[in-house]
Order: sequence, then structure tokens, then C-alpha cells
Amino acid sequence: MIFGVSIYELLTVTSILFFIGVYGFITRKNLISILISIELILNASVINFVVINKYLYPDMLQGVIFSIFIIAVAAAETALAVSIIINLYRQISSVEVKDTEIMKY
Amino acid sequence: MNLTYIILIPLIPLLVFLLLGIFNQKIKPEISGYIGVFGLTASTLLSFFTAYKYFFQIGKTDGVFQPLLAKTTWMNFTDTLSIDMGVLIDPISVMMLIVVSVVSLMVHIYSRGYMKGDDGYTKFFAFLGLFSFSMFGLVLATNLFQIYIFWELVGVSSYLLIGYYYTKPSAVSAAKKAFIVTRFADLGFLIGILIIGYYTGTYDFETLNNPEGAAILSWTSTSFMGLSVLTWALILIFVGGAGKSAMFPLHIWLPDAMEGPTPVSALIHAATMVVAGVYLVARLFPMYYFVEDGFALNIVAYVGAFSALFAAIIAVTQTDIKRVLAFSTMSQLGYMMLALGVSGYDGHEGVGYMASMFHLFTHAMFKALLFLGAGSVIHAVHSNLISDMGNLRKYMPITNITFLIAALAIAGVPPFAGFWSKDEILVAAYEHNKLIYFVGVFVAGLTAFYMFRLYFGIFWGKETTYKHAPHESPLSMTFPLMVLALLSIVGGFIPFSEFVTADGAGFEAHLNYPLAAVAVGVGLIGIILAWVFYKKENSLSDRFANGFGVFYKWSFDKFYFDEIYLFVTKKILFKGVSASAAWFDRNVVDATMNLIGNSTVSAANKMKGLQSGKVQDYAFAFISGVVVIAIVFIYLWTD
Repeated sequence: MIFGVSIYELLTVTSILFFIGVYGFITRKNLISILISIELILNASVINFVVINKYLYPDMLQGVIFSIFIIAVAAAETALAVSIIINLYRQISSVEVKDTEIMKY
Repeated sequence: MNLTYIILIPLIPLLVFLLLGIFNQKIKPEISGYIGVFGLTASTLLSFFTAYKYFFQIGKTDGVFQPLLAKTTWMNFTDTLSIDMGVLIDPISVMMLIVVSVVSLMVHIYSRGYMKGDDGYTKFFAFLGLFSFSMFGLVLATNLFQIYIFWELVGVSSYLLIGYYYTKPSAVSAAKKAFIVTRFADLGFLIGILIIGYYTGTYDFETLNNPEGAAILSWTSTSFMGLSVLTWALILIFVGGAGKSAMFPLHIWLPDAMEGPTPVSALIHAATMVVAGVYLVARLFPMYYFVEDGFALNIVAYVGAFSALFAAIIAVTQTDIKRVLAFSTMSQLGYMMLALGVSGYDGHEGVGYMASMFHLFTHAMFKALLFLGAGSVIHAVHSNLISDMGNLRKYMPITNITFLIAALAIAGVPPFAGFWSKDEILVAAYEHNKLIYFVGVFVAGLTAFYMFRLYFGIFWGKETTYKHAPHESPLSMTFPLMVLALLSIVGGFIPFSEFVTADGAGFEAHLNYPLAAVAVGVGLIGIILAWVFYKKENSLSDRFANGFGVFYKWSFDKFYFDEIYLFVTKKILFKGVSASAAWFDRNVVDATMNLIGNSTVSAANKMKGLQSGKVQDYAFAFISGVVVIAIVFIYLWTD
């Protein structure tokens, strides 16, 4: 519980963070940027977990622990995505999304 | 009593078929021959055991042979109408078991010699096994549907065996012809079965054939175009039987079927499968006799008599020995049919029925013998034509003597088997219908003539020089000849009328001396004519043929029936009906389908741009969807 800060303000911050991530995910052309956008989305949800846990159920820890899980999973996922991107780069010497459209149709 | 062992009679050949068929390449030819012979021997022994038990121990109740059956329900249509599978044991099925097993066993033994060195040796025995299985099943069938199933199975095995030399185009087309013609006839059979099932509510022979049963008594209740519906059904069933038994005008497949190996001709196209039609009519004989006072039975009689005459006339002029025998078979089958057609039901009235079955029995023996003898000759000379043969009696003594016995038997010379059965047929015909009787006598004369024309042409006649000196066939081939010759001699002394009669009660059959004398006299005239014409090479026969002029030519060309069928199918059916149907199919049916297909493809081409393959596009669509739903739920949702 942070004094003088209501849950609405915090949720507004995380929503803005989330939509920045979504915007980046849709508009970026670079795979690395897309990955960073996804991380933003994840971070927004992690903050949401912590905030809601703190404000609604102050004497419980589930939300906090869950956010730690999400961070771990996000790290693993990022490692996997980066390795895929590196392999892709070795194949086509590019990390642009438009060059990876061979799966079309 | 326990009848279940009888099911082994068909199952053993089926097992042989599966064994030889599945391990076709892995079994050595000699062994596969032994497997076939061994399996058939087992079936034959069981058949004889069954016959002994039935005729002498368990068959008779109060002096009348009762049908015994064991069956299980196979398919239930309604509460009352079902298709059963089972075995039916009565005098004719037991007699057919003996005929089929003996001839089949002899042909198996014979084939071991005849087919030696052939590439498809194992396959051949597998097919023979399949055929034996189907034929036993047909004989033992308890109801119309079961007989129909096995009926088609023998058709298939006949097709396979006629087309055995599948590299020969003529054999392939003969196989197709046999299959299509009989299949066409079987359509009539099937419709007849369905009509009977619909109107009588049963397929079981036992119920149908009961003279006091509802099926027979209720024939007046329904009519169609002036005849009872059941009469139509019986006529249609007879069409099926006529197709299998090569009755006029569905006979065209039988001569061509001689393209198959000779043992096959002996087994299928002389002794067993082609008598299935006769057997079918005999099976339903009480129905034929009682429904509409035997209207359908009269058709059977006239078709049989006409076929007998027609085929005998053609047989006189043919030059291919197997074709002579084929037409002779058709003629004798006509004989059996006419005997059934003129038969009564009770006691001595049923002499025609008994004579037909008797002739079926003796004919199977001597006609199989004739075919196997012809096969032995062909094996030695490598030709089917009489003109390539002559004077073979010096080279092939056993074949000569056995062939002579068979020829005497079919010509009706006492005391050989054919005399007894043919005499009974003529007695029945004489008592019932004089016209048919005269046809029968005339055919008897023709039969004697063409058989001895064949005999003298092969074994006497002109001195012929052969490229390879012909030699007598090996024991595996002559042994069946000798067995069948023995049966052709003694077969006539079996007191058939004690065992096989229409109503099950036996009667004493007496020789009718005047009629027998006429038949024998006519036969002897035929033989003497053949003796004069063909014993020594001379020009008498040619001059005689010229005397008949155009008629001889017609007969030689089989009265142009093949040509008529070809004309009807190719010129009328193919051009008129099929061509327009094909046009309609291509331009209307196919076009509709193409339209549907093409419009789907073009629509798909237009739509596939939506699927860009970019994850971002999908994510955008997904998120906008979520946003829209969220807006709907938050602002527009009102209770």
C-alpha cells in the first residue's frame, strides 16, 4: 500500500504500459523490437498482479509469487525467442518480419 | 443327429484356397498340388459319409426322405424375415455333394498332370479350391439368399478360371463375356428372390416348398399382367438359372468359356457349375409345380427342349473339339431342364424330376470324362481342332477306351449310364407332351451322331503326321479317366428312383421297352451314320454337308447369335443409349460439378489474401476484436 496513491492510478499506468506493448507488437518491423514489446505486455501484467494483490488482499502472497513465476517464464521464453531469431538470422541474414513470410498461404 | 460336421465339406476347400492364395509364392508347386488333392479327398470322404448316413440311416421317416437342416440367423430384416446361413440335407443336395466332390477330386488329380510346369500352378489350385467351396455352399444352401451368395461366388471363380491364361486376349474377353452374361441373368434371379421375399415373407426352401404351405396356396392372391406374381418371380428365377445353365438365348458365354484350361471346362462348364441352374429349378420344384398349375414349369420345359435341339444342331458342325463338347453340354442341360419341365409331383408322376437328377448325375460323370479325355488329347497334340487329329488310338490306348465309354454313355447305348437316365427322361416326356418327346428323340440321335463324329475324328479317321509323336498321358491324368469311366459304366445301375424323388417317397422305376428301343435305335442310327462318314477318310460327309447348303453354314456359325448380340449391344445399346447417356453425363452432370468446383476455387483465390502469414496482422485483428467486445460489454450492454 503506497500512501496517497490509489489503485486506479497504478492500474492506469499498467494499462498504458500494456497498450504501448500492443502498439509496438503490431507496428514494429523488427523481430527484436517485437520481442521487447512482448516483454512490455508481460511486465504490465506482472505489475497488475502485484498491485491487485497488495490493494485487495494485503495479507496474502499469491499474486507476488505468481509474478515471480511469470518473470521466470518470460526469461525462458525470451531466451527461446532470441535463439530462434539468431538461427533465422543465420539462414536469411535478416531479422525483418517481412523477410520471414515464407509460411504465407 | 449332429449335422455340424457337414459344414467342413465346404470349409476345407476354402481353407485350401486361403492357404494357397496367401502363400502363393512360398509353396512349391508339387506341394500345392498335394494340398489341393488332399483337401478335396477329405471333402469327398465326408460327402460319402454324409450320403451313407442320410440315405441309409437318418434320412427316412415313415418311408419318406425328410429334409434335415441346421442353420443360424445371419441377418434379421424384420421379426419374421431373416437371412439364415446353414446346411440343408435332402436327397438332391446329398446327390450333388457326391457329384461335386467326385468330379472336383478327379479334376484336382488330373490337373496335377495337366498343369505341370505352368507358371500359375499354385494359383490354379487355389482357384479350384475357391470354386469347390462355393459350389458346396451353393448345394447346401438353406434359403434363396444363401444360394444367391454362393451363386455369385461360383460365377466369380468361373470368371477367374476362364481368364486363367490372362495373357491371351481371347481368354480375357471370354471371361468377361461369361461374367457379364451370367451377371445379367442373375439380375432376374435377384428380382425374383426379392419378389418372393416380399410376397411370401420367407426365403427358406423348407417353408416355400411345402405343398400345403402358405407360399404355395396363396399364389392366386396377387396378380400382375394376367399372371400370378409368384409365377413372375419363378420365371425370373429361371432366367437366373438359364444364365448359369447356358439355356437359349443366354447360352453365348458357354462356348467361349472353353478358353479356360481343360480341367476347368470339365469341372465347371460340364459337370458342376452349369448344372446349378437345373439344381435351382429342382430345389424350388414344388413351387414351380403348384404355382399357377405349373405355368412357369412349362416355360422351363420348352426352353429346355429348344436349347437341347438348338445346341445339338450346332454341335454337329463345330470343328473345335472343346466347342463340340460345350454345345453338347448345353444340349444335355436342356435335356435336364425339359425333364424337370414335364415332371409331375407324386409318386411315379415325378419320374421327370427323378430322371432329371439322374441325368444330372450320370451326365456329370461322362461329360467330365469326355472333357478330361479331350484334355488328354489336346495335351498330346497341342491343338483343339479335329482336323489336326486322327488315328490317335495307336498312341493313346487308355484315352481312346475311356473316351469311347463316355461317348457310348452319352449316346445312350445300354448298359452305359446315359442310357438309363435318358430313357427315364424320354418316358417322362412321352407321358406328358408328345412334341417334347419327339424333340428329345431327335436330339438323342443327333447327340449320338456328333459324339461319334468327334470320336472317329480324333481316334480313327485319316492318317495324320504329327510333329512330335503323341504319347499317352501320365498316370495322374489317366487315373481320373479310368475312375470316371468306371462310374460311367456302373452309374446307371444305381436305383435312383428309390432315393431322389420330388416328394421324397421312392418308387420302382421300370424300363419302358418300346420307348427304350426307339431311343437306342435312334442312337444307333446316329452312331452308324458317324461310322460311315468319319471312320475312314472320305468325301461323303462333305457332300452331305453341301446338301444342306446354307443351313450347314448357319449351324457352323452358331446361327449368328454372337453377331446378333454384338449388333444389339454395340450398334443399338452403345450408340443409341450409352452415347447419349455419356453426352448427358459429360455436358450436364460433369459440368454442374465443374461449375461448383471452379467457383469454389475462384472464391478461395480471392479470399486467401486475408491470410497474410504475418503474425502482426493476426494480432491486430485479434486485439481489435477484443476491443470491440470490450466496448460492447462496457457501454452498450444494458439489461
